[in-house]
Amino acid sequence: MVSLLIVSTAVLVQELQKKGACEHCQPDKSAWVEVMNKYKLTVNGNALEVDVAPDMPLLWVLRDKLKLTGTKFGCGIAQCGACTVHIDGVAVRSCVLPVSAVSGPVTTIEGLAQGDDLHPLQSAWIEHDVPQCGYCQAGQIMSAAALLSNNSQPSDDDIDQALEGNYCRCGTYVRIRKAVHTAASFYNADKRNG
Amino acid sequence: MNSKKISRRNLFKVSAIAGGGLMLKLSLPANALEDSATTLVKSSELNFYVQIASDGQITIYAPNPEMGQGIKTTLPMIIAEEMGANWDDVEVVLAPIDPAKFGLQGSGGSMSVTRNFDAMRRMGASAREMLIGAASELMEVERRDLKAEASQVIHGSGRSMTFGQLASVAAQQPVPVPEQLSFKDPRSYSIIGTSVGSVDNLVIATGLSKFGIDVDVPGMKFASYTRCPRPGGKAVSFNSAEIKALPGVIDAFILQPDSRSGKASMAFLDGLAALQGGVAIVGDDTWSVFAAKAKLKVSWDEREASTDQWSKMASDARAIAVKGGGEVKLAGASVGEALSDSNNRTLEGFYEFPYVAHVCMEPMNCTVDFRKGASGKPDAMEIWLGSQFPNQVKEIAENMLGVKQENVKVHGLRMGGGFGRRAVHDFAAEAMAISHQSGLPVKLTWTRTDDIHNDYFRVGGFENMKGAVSPDGKLAAWDQHYIGFADNGKPVIGSGLRGNELPMVAFDNASIRQTMMPVATACGAWRAPGSNTNAFVEQSFIHELANLAERDHVEFLTELMGSRRWIKEGNISALNTGRAIDVIKLAAEKAGWGRTMPEGTGLGLAFYFCHAAHVAEVAEVSVDAERNFSVKRVTVAVDVGPIINMSGAINQVQGSIVDGLSTMALQEITMQNGRIEQDNFHQYPVMRIASTPEIDVHFIQSDNKPTGLGEPALPPLAPAVTNAIFAATGERIRTMPLSNAGYKLV
Ligand code: FES
Ligand code: FES
Repeated sequence: MVSLLIVSTAVLVQELQKKGACEHCQPDKSAWVEVMNKYKLTVNGNALEVDVAPDMPLLWVLRDKLKLTGTKFGCGIAQCGACTVHIDGVAVRSCVLPVSAVSGPVTTIEGLAQGDDLHPLQSAWIEHDVPQCGYCQAGQIMSAAALLSNNSQPSDDDIDQALEGNYCRCGTYVRIRKAVHTAASFYNADKRNG
Repeated sequence: MNSKKISRRNLFKVSAIAGGGLMLKLSLPANALEDSATTLVKSSELNFYVQIASDGQITIYAPNPEMGQGIKTTLPMIIAEEMGANWDDVEVVLAPIDPAKFGLQGSGGSMSVTRNFDAMRRMGASAREMLIGAASELMEVERRDLKAEASQVIHGSGRSMTFGQLASVAAQQPVPVPEQLSFKDPRSYSIIGTSVGSVDNLVIATGLSKFGIDVDVPGMKFASYTRCPRPGGKAVSFNSAEIKALPGVIDAFILQPDSRSGKASMAFLDGLAALQGGVAIVGDDTWSVFAAKAKLKVSWDEREASTDQWSKMASDARAIAVKGGGEVKLAGASVGEALSDSNNRTLEGFYEFPYVAHVCMEPMNCTVDFRKGASGKPDAMEIWLGSQFPNQVKEIAENMLGVKQENVKVHGLRMGGGFGRRAVHDFAAEAMAISHQSGLPVKLTWTRTDDIHNDYFRVGGFENMKGAVSPDGKLAAWDQHYIGFADNGKPVIGSGLRGNELPMVAFDNASIRQTMMPVATACGAWRAPGSNTNAFVEQSFIHELANLAERDHVEFLTELMGSRRWIKEGNISALNTGRAIDVIKLAAEKAGWGRTMPEGTGLGLAFYFCHAAHVAEVAEVSVDAERNFSVKRVTVAVDVGPIINMSGAINQVQGSIVDGLSTMALQEITMQNGRIEQDNFHQYPVMRIASTPEIDVHFIQSDNKPTGLGEPALPPLAPAVTNAIFAATGERIRTMPLSNAGYKLV
C-alpha cells in the first residue's frame, strides 16, 4: 500500500498566518481596487480585474501588480521557463504572454495546491531535497504539473520533453526527474483512493 | 513504491522554518528584520546563534548567505549536533547582517564549512554546557552524570528534563570558556553525516520563498539601467522627452561613471566594481521600465570604451604560442633536453577556452531606499539584495554617496544563484545612485541582456603544451606556456598558473611560462576560478601523454603522484598524493575502468585538487558519426573529509557536474569591438534536462577537517569528458566549448 505524501496546506497557511505572512499566498487585493477594470483575469480561483498596458506580459502583472512573486523572471524570451504558469491547465511562459491574450483561468505556483493539500509534486520536491538556489523550481513544478495532469505515468523521455523548456542553472535535473516519478506514484495512488 | 510519510511534527518544522515566514516578512515591510524569532516565541538566548523557547522549539541562526550551496542548512546542523538537539525541534532563521555577532557573513571560495566548522561546534557545545549546568542545578545532581541528547538532558538514573524546561535557567548560566569546551565523538553523531533536506524547501516548492528580486517595500518604484554596449563608454544624451512621456515612466536620467564605488567583496576584485555610466529609468512597474529601456536612443561617448576583440585575441595568442617566450614562472632543470632527446616521444598541443558568463538564474537586482537627512539627522540608506558578501555594500554607500556605514542597513536575501557573480556589487551601486538621484525607494532589476553584457566573466585563455615521455613510458618533461589576460599589468582573477597544479607539484622536470595580453572586459570569480580551465588543459594533456606512452591512464596518473605524502604537511591547501590516489582508484573502480567498451563509447578520467578537495571523475560517453555526443554517466569520488549534510553534498556534486558539462559543451562569450555578442539564452544556452547524465557520487570520509563542496567537483568534469571522447573516437578536443569543435551535446 502506498502511503501518500500529502502535506496539509491549511496547516502551512496557519503557520504562516501566525507569522503574519499569509497575505502572500493570495493576490494582493489592494492592487485591484484602484484599477479601471480593463482586463478580467481569474488567478488561482480569484476573479479580478487589472488596468495595465495591453502588451504587459502576464508575468509582470502577476509579480508587480498582484504581488504574486512565486513566478519568476529569467529571460523574458521564452527560453528558460522560470515564468511558467498554467492557463486552463496548460503550461505557458508568462513572460511572453501579453495580458490581453490571456484566454483562461491562470494558476500560479501559489495556487497549485488543491484546497488543503500540497500538490504531490510539491511534496516530492521536499522529499527528494530537489532545490539548490530554488529560483527555477516554481517553473519546473508548474511544467511537471501540466505533464502529470495528462500523463500520470511519464517515462524519463516524457519528463525530458515536458521540462525541456525549463533551465536549472544549478543543475538539479537528476533530482527533478526522480521527484516527478515519485509524484506520479502519489498521484496515481491518490486517484485510486478516490 | 514505499515513500516516507512526512509527519505532522515534521510539517510543523518545515512550515515554521518556512521561517519563510520570517523571510517573507523581512522582504516586505521595510523594518521587519529586527523581529526575528525572539518576538515570535518567548525564547531564552543561550548565545548569538541559539535560542530555546519554553515549548522546546530551538531557533538556530544561520550566519552565511544562501545561494543554493546549502549553507543555511549545513551550519545549523553542526550547532544542533553539538548541542544534542533533535533536528526536528530546530527552526533555522537566516541571521541578520551583523558582523559583530556573526563574523564574516560571506559565501565564496567554498570556505564556509572550512572556516566555520569549529566555531559552530563551539556554539553548540557552549549551549549544551549551559543546558547541562541548568539541569545540574534544577535536578540537584552532578554535571558529570548528565548528558544532552534528543533535546533533553538525561541523568544516569534515567531522570531527564527537556531543553524547553531548562531554557530559562540555562540562559542564566555562566558562558563556558571556549578553551574548556569538549566536542562530541564523531562516532556518536546523529545529525552530522545524515541527509537533511534544505530548510527552505517548503517555501521554495510553494512559491513563497523571497529572493532579492521579490522584495517589495512601501512606496517602492521600479528601475532599469542601460549602460554603454561597449564597456567604459559614457552616456552624453538620450531621447529624454520621449522616454519620460511613455506610460508608466516616472523619471529618466543619466548617471556618470563613478569609480569611488569600486569596492568589491574580495580584495582581488577591488576597483572593478565601479559604477558604469548610463541611463536610468524609474517607473511604476518592471515592464514599463523594460519597455522604455528598449526605446532608448543614447548618444555615447566611446572614447575610452573597450576595443576587445575575441577573434584577434585568439589569433594573437596563436602567434605568441609559436614564438614562445613569456615570463618564466617555474624552470625544470632539463626540460629542453628531454623535449629534444630523440629517444623520447614528444607531443605539442594548443588548448583554448573561452570567456563564459555566470548567468545566475535570478538576474542581478537590488532595492534601495535612500533617505535624505533632515533637521540634524544624517543621510541614511536601507538596502535589500542577494549578495555573497552583503555587509560590504555599506562601503559603496559611504564611498560613493557619503552615507556613513552606521546609517546603512543591509538585508541579505536568498540568492537565485551566485557562482562568484554576487561577490561584486556593481548592481547595488547602480540601485543606490538611482534611489539617491530620484529620491525614491527603487528596485533595480537587470534584464537578462544586462546580466550577460555586464558580467564579471570567467576569463578565457590559451595554453601551449609540450611534453615528453621516456622509452620506458614515464613522464620525462612538461612545458606549459599560459597565454592569458591582465588588466593594468596584473593578471585578472583566474588567469595564469600558480605552479601548484599537477603535475608540477609532484614532478620535477616541469617548466611554466606565462604571457599576458591586455583586456578591458571585466573578469571575476566564476565557480572554481583558474581551476575550472587549468584542469581541462592539464588533465587532458596528461592523458595525451599517457596515450603517447601507451600506458593505462589510471596507472600513469597515480604513478605521477609518486609516494603517498602531503606536499605541505598539515596545510589543507596542499595536495595530498595519498588522498589523490585513493579517489582516482575509487572512481575508476566504481566506473568499471578497464572493461571493454562498445563501439562509439568510451571512459575518460580526470583528477583535480582545489579548495582543499581531492576529486576524481570518470565520464562515460557515446559519440555518433555526426559527432553528436552524450554523457551517459559520471562517476565521482570525493575526499572533503567528513560530510556534514549528505543530501546537500551530493546535490552540490550533481550540480557541479551539470554546470561543468553545460559550460564545456555549450557556452562562449565573445567580444566584438568591446561589445559582448551574446544577448540572451538563445545565444548563450544552458544545458537542458534531457542531456543530464546519471551521476554516481562516492565519498571517502577521511579524518581530515571537513571542507567545502560548492566548487571543487566542477573542474575535473571537462577533461573527463574530452578524455572519454578520445577513448570513443580517437579524436582529441583541445578547445571549449565543444560546439566549436563540431561536437553537439545531445
Ligand atoms: S522568463 Fe519566461 S521563459 Fe525565461
Ligand atoms: S535550483 Fe537554482 S536554478 Fe534551479
